[in-house]
Amino acid sequence: MTEKLVIIGNGMAPGRMLEHLLEAAPDRYAVTIFNAEPRVNYDRIMLSPVLSGEKAFEEIVIHGDGWYIKHGITLYKGHRIVAIDREAKTVTSDHGVTESYDRLVIATGSVPFIIPVPGKDLPGVLTYRDLDDVNAMLLAAQSRAKAVVIGGGLLGLEAAAGLKERGMDVTVLHVMPTLMERQLDPAAGYLLQKAVEARGIKIMTKANTKAIFGNGKVEGVELMDGTIIPATLVVMAVGIRPSIGLAKEAGLEVNRGIVVDDRMRTSDPAIMALGECAEVGGHVYGLVAPLYEMARVAAAGLANSEERRFVHSDTPTKLKVTGIDLYSLGDFADGEDREEIILRDASAGIYKRVVLQDNRIIGTVLFGETADGAWFNDLKKKATDISEMRDTLIFGQAFQGGVSSDPLAAVAALADDAEICGCNGVCKGKITGAITTKGLTGLDDVRAHTKASASCGSCTGLVEQLLRLTLGEAYNPAAVQPMCGCTSLGHDDVRRLIKAKGLKTIPAVMQELEWKTSCGCAKCRPALNYYLVCDWPDQYADDYQSRFINERVHANIQKDGTYSVVPRMWGGVTSAGELRAIADVVDKFEIPMVKVTGGQRIDMLGIRKEDLPAVWADLGRAGFVSGHAYAKGLRTVKTCVGTDWCRFGTQDSTGLGIRIEKFMWGSWTPAKVKMAVSGCPRNCAEATCKDVGVVCVDSGYEIHFAGAAGLDIKGTEVLGLVKTEDEALEVIVALVQMYREQARYLERIYKWAKRIGTAEIKRQILDDADKRKAYYERFVFSQKFAQVDPWSERVSGKDKHEFRPMASVGFAEAAE
Amino acid sequence: MNWIAIGSITDIPPRGARCVETPQGKIAVFRTTDDQVFAIDDHCPHKGGPLSQGIVHGAAVTCPLHNWVISLETGKALGADEGLVRTIPVKVEGERLFIALEALASKAA
Ligand code: SRM
Ligand SMILES: Cc1cc2nc3c(=O)[nH]c(=O)nc-3n(C[C@H](O)[C@H](O)[C@H](O)COP(=O)(O)OP(=O)(O)OC[C@H]3O[C@@H](n4cnc5c(N)ncnc54)[C@H](O)[C@@H]3O)c2cc1C
Ligand code: SF4
Ligand code: FES
Repeated sequence: MTEKLVIIGNGMAPGRMLEHLLEAAPDRYAVTIFNAEPRVNYDRIMLSPVLSGEKAFEEIVIHGDGWYIKHGITLYKGHRIVAIDREAKTVTSDHGVTESYDRLVIATGSVPFIIPVPGKDLPGVLTYRDLDDVNAMLLAAQSRAKAVVIGGGLLGLEAAAGLKERGMDVTVLHVMPTLMERQLDPAAGYLLQKAVEARGIKIMTKANTKAIFGNGKVEGVELMDGTIIPATLVVMAVGIRPSIGLAKEAGLEVNRGIVVDDRMRTSDPAIMALGECAEVGGHVYGLVAPLYEMARVAAAGLANSEERRFVHSDTPTKLKVTGIDLYSLGDFADGEDREEIILRDASAGIYKRVVLQDNRIIGTVLFGETADGAWFNDLKKKATDISEMRDTLIFGQAFQGGVSSDPLAAVAALADDAEICGCNGVCKGKITGAITTKGLTGLDDVRAHTKASASCGSCTGLVEQLLRLTLGEAYNPAAVQPMCGCTSLGHDDVRRLIKAKGLKTIPAVMQELEWKTSCGCAKCRPALNYYLVCDWPDQYADDYQSRFINERVHANIQKDGTYSVVPRMWGGVTSAGELRAIADVVDKFEIPMVKVTGGQRIDMLGIRKEDLPAVWADLGRAGFVSGHAYAKGLRTVKTCVGTDWCRFGTQDSTGLGIRIEKFMWGSWTPAKVKMAVSGCPRNCAEATCKDVGVVCVDSGYEIHFAGAAGLDIKGTEVLGLVKTEDEALEVIVALVQMYREQARYLERIYKWAKRIGTAEIKRQILDDADKRKAYYERFVFSQKFAQVDPWSERVSGKDKHEFRPMASVGFAEAAE
Repeated sequence: MNWIAIGSITDIPPRGARCVETPQGKIAVFRTTDDQVFAIDDHCPHKGGPLSQGIVHGAAVTCPLHNWVISLETGKALGADEGLVRTIPVKVEGERLFIALEALASKAA
């Protein structure tokens, strides 16, 4: 029987443990996870880039929902475990779910420490730990007002830099005389302060917070010396405490953290602990590298596969603030038996310090230039005797043994077991090995196969150098992905050149842009056809031979070669007459399956290709046109019942949906476009996961876009609020036209928006009225040629050949 | 060989295909950009997809169901996939097209 494994907490440590476990013993356990945070496992380290706007949350997800489904893991999101019953071997969540376990893993991480000053509970006082904190900070940052960050450590400085980036006026309060005093010596702390101040962030050291004050919400911070600093947002980033409450109540042995042995076992043999909540050999940790090692050990223990033990090691600290290079490792306090080597270059802002004991490195601080961090770390780890290179040691690896100062040569000179990625403990040999044996060609490949540079990303440069070293000229990180094997140009270049050179046919594109094949392939031809349809709506003759069968015959091919037919049902509204016509068609053509789709309309499946024109003729008589359920084009506009019927409706959502659909149907787009209009924020039409959605509110129409609910799940972003239906239509049409003109073929709106940035879209569509009008006009022009019902065209004889065999032969002879 | 007339090359759009019904099942007849004509069984070696419905490029067709690429000349799946579909001899006389159905011919005899 499969054993039951229950995990409390779904952070970075247990996420990694599961990866190892699934590899070593995929079917051994039925896994259930409870996570207090209402979301999947993500890269917490990368919250700072999300805060500063360099990354979107979706980019830092480690395991998406699909991963849990694929591995049959049950994930309870937003369930905090409130009790462990070790007798009964069960855990219970705050929502009342009780689950029994054979093996239990506690991975509750840490909680931010809150300094117990008056006013700490005021609204506007935040910590910095999870996505909710980031979202709250982003909301506060919209005011562009003053923020105070308490704590000048790694987290505090990253928060400060992010908030500054978002337009806030930021002051950092630090209680010690220099910043990051636990990782930096005073000299480096001073340089860091200067670098941070140079970005416009104020820093007050020796600043001891006395109280946070405000009436109903934060208004400022008061220091012990009486100084008052006004602020509408206060972020406390003064340290973390392992979350051990649950374990303690369950009677497990705890100290600073949950005490575990070097195999991650707690005092109860059925229970393990790992991550920031665990204490092993007297240490608790706050960086992922050792936690990932714990994950390996714990997974091995659960799989019974090897006797892996946890061994303590120092982890380098790096600050993830773009433009500030800082590296610190090990111990650098002064001492009798210690020597140090220092290099200062004031003009270049460089400071390097290596602390030695018995001719071996025990600590390193690098500021301004950190490329040699990995090398110093390696020397420290191996306890290499450095007497031989003592004079040049501080200049770094490039100066040793006559190696040139070429960074590539420096990487080449690293030993195979030199650690490249600190977070994931990946050494050079493993990376180069994977590149050669698995045929990896890019950074993403290396991340996928080895995990190197997949966490905090600060070793990305080194990994790229290894790629260059191993692959030589073949590695070109800036290379654009070509459209397909027929060309070396990417989609964007092709789109640009079609316009610039006025190319108006597929052969012209292939000739002028030097296609390598005679007539392209099934990847590039549909893309080119779309680009030409979009750019020259009045001049280009659609090439049906370059369309996928569904778009060529205006029906969806099924696995047995029959077709499905989905007529339009404007806004999801139908009538007795329409339903009767459908019923008659189903009977007449013996259609085997009739199904209500997820898009609020009716699908008739299993129709023979030969019958399609006759089916359409009958449907056409009842007023139906094609639903384009097959098209990279406008699909459906889902609606809810709205003001006409619903007691909560604020606007005529049904009417607006129908109006949009009637205006936009027939348009071709880079990928399918699905829309919805909901009559109030209860959002029964699910507008907030569509390509474009409208949520009606009392004051008007909130326009949403860039949602997804297929392969990826993503809530929409708000484009803006408009007052009238007419404005809503204009904005939506302009947005879709911008997407039509710019996106790559098969790129859904949410992917396009991510690539070019929502801010840019807002600027062009909402802020720039001229641009918006011009997009709108171009869409309207193109609709003149596009809004033709393809079904009635075919009923009247177009492309007849498509629906009839060319000949029928051999039957007579065979009968003889 | 027993050549059976199936129609004219102009019945097939360039870079397109038409079907011919036979007692042995459907045959797909393709016309390339440079007016070469090929005939193969209309049955993808992968999961039986109707090859006549695919996109024609060079002397190959991409199956509409899961994008296998089949050579019209050899009937072999190209690239990483492995599979073979029967090819049928075609003769072009002026605009007129003929296919040879061996098995049928012998049955008829
Ligand atoms: C019929 C329908 C299922 C149903 O019975 O309800 C359906 C059926 C198919 N969907 Fe869908 N999807 C249907 C609603 C959806 C929805 C829900 C919705 O539209 O509200 C989604 C999620 C929303 C979205 O689009 O993101 C959905 C996400 C997909 C995807 C994933 C797209 C993505 O980019 O993530 C595909 C695959 C693709 O397009 O490449 C897909 C592809 C397909 C295809 C076309 C598969 C194929 O390539 O042959 C199916 C065609 C069956 C047929 O012949 O009718 N279908 N599909 C629904 C038709 C709605 C309609 O009235 O037009
Ligand atoms: C902004 C930021 C930047 C960072 N930068 C770096 C960096 O550059 N380098 C580095 O190495 N490290 C960095 N860290 C630290 C790193 O993110 C943590 O060490 C790591 O995420 C800890 O992993 P964990 O699995 O132990 O705990 P966590 O990732 O904290 O996960 C614990 C999870 O358990 C859940 N939980 C807690 N109690 C319960 C309960 N009773 N029931 C159910 N669920 C519960 C919590 O909601 C949480 O989701 C950073 C951290 C932050 C916040
Ligand atoms: S989810 Fe969509 S694509 Fe998948 S089987 Fe169902 S209809 Fe087909
Ligand atoms: S049936 Fe042709 S590719 Fe699958």
